[in-house]
Amino acid sequence: MRRVYFDHAAATPLLPEALQEMLPFLKEKFGNPQSLHHFGIIARDALERAREQVARLINAKANSIIFTASASESNNLAIKGFAGANRAKGNHIVISAIEHPSVFEPVKSLKRQGFELTVVKVDQFGRVDPKEVAQAIHSGTILVSIMHANNEIGTIQPLKEIVKVCHEQGVLVHSDGTAAVGRIAVDVSELDIDAYSFSAQSFYGPKGVGALYIKPQTRISPLIEGGFQERGRRAGTENLPAIVGMGKAAEICQRNLSTWSASMNRLAQRLRDELPQKIERILFTGHPQERIPGNVSLCIEFVEGEALLLSLDDEGIAAASGSACTARTLKASHVLLAIGLPHAIAQSSLLLTLGKDNTDEDVDYLLARLPAIVERLRNLSPLYARYLKGEDPYAVKSGQEENHKENN
Amino acid sequence: MYSEKVMEHFRNPRNVGEIEDPDGVGEVGNPVCGDMMTFYIKVKDGVLTDVKFKTFGCGAAIAVSSMVSEMAKGKKIEEALKITNEEVAKELGGLPPNKLHCSNLGADALHAAIADYLRKVKEKEGAKVCRCPYCNQPVSGETEFCQPCGVKIIRCPACKKPLPKGVTTCPECGEKL
Repeated sequence: MRRVYFDHAAATPLLPEALQEMLPFLKEKFGNPQSLHHFGIIARDALERAREQVARLINAKANSIIFTASASESNNLAIKGFAGANRAKGNHIVISAIEHPSVFEPVKSLKRQGFELTVVKVDQFGRVDPKEVAQAIHSGTILVSIMHANNEIGTIQPLKEIVKVCHEQGVLVHSDGTAAVGRIAVDVSELDIDAYSFSAQSFYGPKGVGALYIKPQTRISPLIEGGFQERGRRAGTENLPAIVGMGKAAEICQRNLSTWSASMNRLAQRLRDELPQKIERILFTGHPQERIPGNVSLCIEFVEGEALLLSLDDEGIAAASGSACTARTLKASHVLLAIGLPHAIAQSSLLLTLGKDNTDEDVDYLLARLPAIVERLRNLSPLYARYLKGEDPYAVKSGQEENHKENN
Repeated sequence: MYSEKVMEHFRNPRNVGEIEDPDGVGEVGNPVCGDMMTFYIKVKDGVLTDVKFKTFGCGAAIAVSSMVSEMAKGKKIEEALKITNEEVAKELGGLPPNKLHCSNLGADALHAAIADYLRKVKEKEGAKVCRCPYCNQPVSGETEFCQPCGVKIIRCPACKKPLPKGVTTCPECGEKL
């Protein structure tokens, strides 16, 4: 069966060059970077070289990079680490309504410990207004954390303006850059940002390794204590094979980013242009222009997202959805609700994230298979039946609400 | 994630559609929460001669609807009412724990359709049999006097039901007299 991979937001294939770079560190180059002997020196050199490669990808200095196990860990470290280091200055944190759980969950846990939280809303395209961020800040504010680009709807935030308004009031800014790095050029020096999280699997590096950029002279409390690794900011023996792979992937990504982005942009545009010609009642979500390459996020009304994914998988196509049924929590995507979509439309979400290796044939294949899938599921759908009869498809009939509550 | 049986019913669901002029319709769930199921039934001599459904929902919801329709078709009403969520899930070779609520919805939608049917039957019976407000014997259609007791039947001008003595509003339809 033909296999088409349109879920690069979940994982990317490892670059062969990165794998080659990693292999010796799973075999003969097994030394601990903290050791003083020959084996340790080889490991330490590789670690520092990777740090430089990763730093260069976001135009940072090598010593401002902390290696972690994931972007989620980086987000946790930034938020809890800044909160811990700045407790004396205040206890107020500002985030946006569309942050990744690895940002909003640590913030919520800080809230339970007495921190104050403000959640800034987004507009219908998922954009944060820097003015609202400025208004949310008060004398006790110690941190603003706003993601650079959204993983689900692809919208890029006006991060530079957000940093500017925060710095005018002396507040530190962290950004979750997971969805941005590897898709757009990121320059942390130009952004003037204080902390920035990302991970290797956004740019064809291995899983299990991420990084947190911390601006020089910025204090942060460690999450994991008990070792001198990462200059005391993250204890534990370094995951050297993964770190070396991340370094190589960063180097290759930096060299090829504009080519990769152009290709992803072109194919995504094809999908945006051609899908509505084949399927009626499609709604594209996210910002029409300010978006990361390769992200096509849409709602196909009257069909449920999980049913779409299962049917696509039967045809060899891998995709994602923000539907409640696809989430283990059975809650609709908070991002889709934050941009104002009703539950029933959020339920019909489909997320296609393209990668550097996708081709026109992949797009053709999806365009050939998806309409029949949608037609089959719509013929099953009572919402579609209502729509065909000219009724309001989303009308709530009395008694249904309670009925469902009982069932849950 | 899903059993082969679930996937098979998801890929080839049985009894999809609507019944024109159904004897009962049951709609449960809510687009606000995600899943929505509508069941249509046709009943003859107390037996579900036809069952059809439409479902907006995940793979489990679609498979559950299909399985419920298959289990209910040809069954007597009393038996169909005994179909439980557990049985549906079991017939499907199990469901992931977070999808068990979908099996609740399936049985509920079927039972709602049966309840709708039973209510309609009751209404029809109620409409057919009018009783004399004095002697409680059945009186036929337009008759002016009760045949067994001979009393004059006064009817509500709005709903035409026999009226008890001395009322100022019709107890059936609330019409002011």
